[in-house]
Amino acid sequence: MTFGDWISEPTNWAFLVMAIPLVLAAWRVVTSRNVVHAALSLVFALAALAGLFILLGAEFVAWVLVLVYIGAVIVLFLFGIMITRAPIGMEAELSHNKRWPAALSALAIFVTTSWLSVDAFGTTKIVDVGVPTSTEIIGRSLLGQFVLPFEAVGFLLLAALIGGVTLARRDDTPADEEAREATADAEAKT
Amino acid sequence: MIVSQFLVLASLLFSLGVYGLLVRRNAVTVLLAVELMLAGVNLNFIAFESVIRDSLASGQVFTIFVLTIAAAEVGIGLGIVLLIFRNRATGNVDELDLMKW
Repeated sequence: MTFGDWISEPTNWAFLVMAIPLVLAAWRVVTSRNVVHAALSLVFALAALAGLFILLGAEFVAWVLVLVYIGAVIVLFLFGIMITRAPIGMEAELSHNKRWPAALSALAIFVTTSWLSVDAFGTTKIVDVGVPTSTEIIGRSLLGQFVLPFEAVGFLLLAALIGGVTLARRDDTPADEEAREATADAEAKT
Repeated sequence: MIVSQFLVLASLLFSLGVYGLLVRRNAVTVLLAVELMLAGVNLNFIAFESVIRDSLASGQVFTIFVLTIAAAEVGIGLGIVLLIFRNRATGNVDELDLMKW
């Protein structure tokens, strides 16, 4: 299969239209010197990823990705940025200076995994492109065969909820506690 | 379309996430890089699902599980980052050397 054959398929044009912005946005996420730009690039990358999911026939998962990530997780990130970093803007020391070891290990991982998958799957074709999996199948599968992991994930979300509340609650510092005890003692004496 | 193009794209996303994870100092951007790695894994699941097309739609179901766990991870992770910022007034992971010998 030559590149000419590959590029002549119209679905591959759709693939390129979504894959190139996806890679560029992902590159911006890891290299941008502005935290807010990095988070907003992640929105762009995930939108392109949702487009690829629709191309592969996973419509339900694509919309779950849009709702959960772009709708909720990014808002959480932006709140995190807002709270931890009052001066929002260019930040020179968002990354450290030892880039080459990191780039080298990332490159090694990329070469190994992509070479292995191309070696194993070669030119295996995706035959029924764009045929969506019906949500009914996913629903039956989730509440049938996979009901136990489904419940476990529900329990995990509950645990995360309780953990989040516990972490976010402002505990009294020892000084606060002493002050409160002192006022309680003073009230008891009067 | 062949499946390899999606697998290569997924491993590119994953390794970009690894790069960001290793190179970033700010804890929030480290979590952003982790999200990128999870996105690569999800693309892998969906690509294999579109080839295999089993009757249970296992690839898509597992992608939903990964998404759920990623959401829980971000919630707890950002909670920890905020707590550290409140106590130590820094969000940089290389300045948190309290447990470094």
